[in-house]
Amino acid sequence: MAKRILSLFRNLFRKRVIESALDDELRSTLEVLMQEKMEQGLSQAVARREALIEIGGIEQVKEGVRAARAGHFVEALARDIRYALRRLRRNLSFTAVAVLTLALGIGGTTAIFSVVNGVLIQPLPYSHPARLVEVGLDLPGIKQFNWPLSRAEYVTFREQSRTFEDIGLYYTGFGGNLYSANVTGFGRPEHVPALGVTDGVLAILEVTPLLGRSFTRADDEPGSPDTVMITYGYWRSEFGSDHSVIGKTIDIDGKPSTIIGVLPQRFRFLDMTDLGILLPLSTQSLRGYNYFAVARLKPGTTPAEAIADVARMIPMELDRPVEFFKEARVTPNIEPLKQYIIGDIGGVLWVLMGGIGLVLLIACANVASLLLVRVEGRQQELAIRAALGGSPGRIAGSLLLESFLLAVIGGALGLLFAYGGLRALVAFAPSDLPRLNDIRIDGLVLLFTLGVTIGSGLLFGAMPAFKYAGGGAGTRLREAGRSVSASRKRHRARNVLVVIQVGLALVLLVSSGLMIRTFQALTHVQPGFTAPAEVETFHVHFPPEMIKDPERLLRMDHAILDNIAAIPGVSSADFSGAVPMDTGAESDPVLVKDHMLQGQLPPARRCFWVSPSFFETMGIPLVAGRDLTWSDIMNKRPVAIVSENLAREYWRNPSDALGKEIGGSPKDWRQIVGVVGNVHDDGTSQEAPATVYWPITDSDGFLDSPAFALRNTHAGTESLMNEVRRAVWSVDSNLPLYQVHTLDYYYSKSMARTSFTLVMLALAGGMALLLGIVGLYGVIAYSVSQRTHEIGIRMALGAQKRDVLNLVVKGGMCLTVIGVGVGVAGALALTRFLSSLLYGVKPTDPLTFAVVSLVLTGVALLACYVPARRATKADPIVALRYE
Amino acid sequence: MAQKRTDLLRGTLDLLVLKALSLEPLHGVGISRRITQITKEAFQVSFGSLFPVLHRMEESGWVEAEWRSSDNNRRAKYYRLTSAGRAQLKDEERQWNQVVKIMAAAVQST
Repeated sequence: MAKRILSLFRNLFRKRVIESALDDELRSTLEVLMQEKMEQGLSQAVARREALIEIGGIEQVKEGVRAARAGHFVEALARDIRYALRRLRRNLSFTAVAVLTLALGIGGTTAIFSVVNGVLIQPLPYSHPARLVEVGLDLPGIKQFNWPLSRAEYVTFREQSRTFEDIGLYYTGFGGNLYSANVTGFGRPEHVPALGVTDGVLAILEVTPLLGRSFTRADDEPGSPDTVMITYGYWRSEFGSDHSVIGKTIDIDGKPSTIIGVLPQRFRFLDMTDLGILLPLSTQSLRGYNYFAVARLKPGTTPAEAIADVARMIPMELDRPVEFFKEARVTPNIEPLKQYIIGDIGGVLWVLMGGIGLVLLIACANVASLLLVRVEGRQQELAIRAALGGSPGRIAGSLLLESFLLAVIGGALGLLFAYGGLRALVAFAPSDLPRLNDIRIDGLVLLFTLGVTIGSGLLFGAMPAFKYAGGGAGTRLREAGRSVSASRKRHRARNVLVVIQVGLALVLLVSSGLMIRTFQALTHVQPGFTAPAEVETFHVHFPPEMIKDPERLLRMDHAILDNIAAIPGVSSADFSGAVPMDTGAESDPVLVKDHMLQGQLPPARRCFWVSPSFFETMGIPLVAGRDLTWSDIMNKRPVAIVSENLAREYWRNPSDALGKEIGGSPKDWRQIVGVVGNVHDDGTSQEAPATVYWPITDSDGFLDSPAFALRNTHAGTESLMNEVRRAVWSVDSNLPLYQVHTLDYYYSKSMARTSFTLVMLALAGGMALLLGIVGLYGVIAYSVSQRTHEIGIRMALGAQKRDVLNLVVKGGMCLTVIGVGVGVAGALALTRFLSSLLYGVKPTDPLTFAVVSLVLTGVALLACYVPARRATKADPIVALRYE
Repeated sequence: MAQKRTDLLRGTLDLLVLKALSLEPLHGVGISRRITQITKEAFQVSFGSLFPVLHRMEESGWVEAEWRSSDNNRRAKYYRLTSAGRAQLKDEERQWNQVVKIMAAAVQST
């Protein structure tokens, strides 16, 4: 077989061989001529000259030969292509099925590869992106990882590092409460997503402003005027791309700030897409552990060296409580910036890539099977061609060419499918899929598609080409003339293909079955709140200077709350620092008075700051005690509420927790007045964290940008939101509302990755099932049509319909059972790659395996039964006369 | 050696080459000499025309080439007619005869 491939490709790649052979030939011609002339009595020199003259220019002759050969090759190729196209056109239904099958396979593979390429493969759009790292801290002592930095670390790392070229801090806000600012001073007031950066950040990313300049350390100086940079998108939409914008002043949260620069169009900060303004973070303004850091490594430095370097610097910082970093065991958390942005999405994408790859394989097997049937019909023609001296290579070449043409047409159509599918896919992708904007069909994707197209052409084209190109012409001439009953050998190739198809389909169906079970398990987990679709949430944002007057802020928040609670149909309303599952809640160490251990840090607990009615609005049940009241808030009573799992951890019985004291610091104790149900704040697939709910007034961090929530059956409708806006604006008409989402949005978002994987795998599984069954049906139907003669004889000899039915169905089921066996073995080997995506179900879940095997066998039975029934309807007389 | 100025008709060269090879395998120079001989020195084929034709015929499978020693012990590439080449020769001879008949009739008519 390898020999035939060689002969096939020698034509394309033997150029060099031909050239040297041509040189030899001309040299020998020259010698023969010289010999001739020397025999006529000429001296060697003269003979050589005469001979050269007679040949008439070696190069011209070579050129002529080359042109003749190339012309012949092109001509032959063009003739073969025309011939193949004519054959494909003449059998339109076959061509359509094959092309469509391939287009689905190639299109799907291309679409998923575009995602893999955009998210995982393409480098970040910064220069030398491999040298960029994200810098954070791990605190394994209190089970906190990738903590942000504070000013102390920033200054130390900036001044003392041996591995960083530079390090910069940035501030994006947290979870559901992203950094943003009210911009006024022109047009209507707007709430704009913002990013705080120290002077180093843009230089580290090597971003040059389109207009104006970047932040410098001079902007940090106390007393220097406030400055702002704007993004390209904001510049275009708000300033109409006005070049005189530099030096203009806009009000940001009430502070007049000078625009010093416009960022270039391609600038994107990490994965933030709708950023409007960049504000300087001055070193003096840094407060607490709130800042993430990006650093550029010195050339030739590895992240491992940076980790060692940071570990060396951690003990240097001065203003951190000594016992804190001893107990928390602070260690560096440094990872390449790209890895930080991508996170763990790679697992999902590679699983999907594998799944769609299997679909492509099934599609190829299907087309190969179709081609085998067709080539079988052409046996006589091929045998005649071989008998007339058509070389095996030439015949195999023409068969392969037909396959290639199919693949190319399928690939082109597939690319079209991919283009459309990709749009749907990006629209449907979970919002936590990073780098969505980097997903496109680029050169690498096109190259990939080309490779896949050629690969699949070879894959499904090779089988018929090898099978029918070679010898045995005599047998085949004889065999093809009459339709004798199929020999086992003739069907073996197609049977193998069917087994492979059924097996692969089973693997995919088991995978999607496992995802369905995961999704089921996740939706069965009670999130801790009830009817989340009826809870509408939104944020408002007061200008920061109002923070200095928390009394007034509280009054305004309260006024808004009263207004929205008065909207008809609202059963309950509240405001809080974060909404369950919006990833905005913090984790802080919480002390318990009866359980203080000397010299040991209290564990961090999930902390919410809430107003009264929070639990009623969210639908979180009260297990013991009471809710907060406005009188608690107004009188600043030291009270708190804890979750049931926290209460049980310390006091076993929830009601025993009532009256016990907890606090954020040893000087600040609060009495537990209520115990509420557990909430899966980290998503349903995670354990519900032990949670403390503090009165909203306990922290000054939330009153200026609280999350309001209200329970109403019309949540999520524009008409309700219009009423809500009116209610808010009747308190302050300058307040923009943002992050308007129902609680159900956050709930679904926590399962978005699972449902995305589920739908994609289910699509792949459905395609696999369809293609596999079509393949099985095709083989059985074809074998029935080939055996009409035999069946006729059997029936003439007295076989009953049942016998014929049995005969045909048994053949098909035999293949199916082998395929299912192969598939189960394959699935057992492959599903462990899914295990990180599964929840509440094992990769070898017997139920899924059993159900999928049964369903597949059932569908296969149907696919065999239809042609089998047709066989029994055959009239013996007609069948015997057939052909 | 004086160049004979008789132009070859299109397609004639193919026929001449096939004919020249019909007796025995020949190398390039041999084919050229044989054509000169069988056309009574009317045609002198240049190598610039001959080699492209030979290679095209090889691609088409009319001739096969093989290296062997020539009469005076030099290695040379010999061309041999294949069965397809013989069939082609028959075809072209028939066509040629037809053309000759038709042309003769046409020229004689008044």
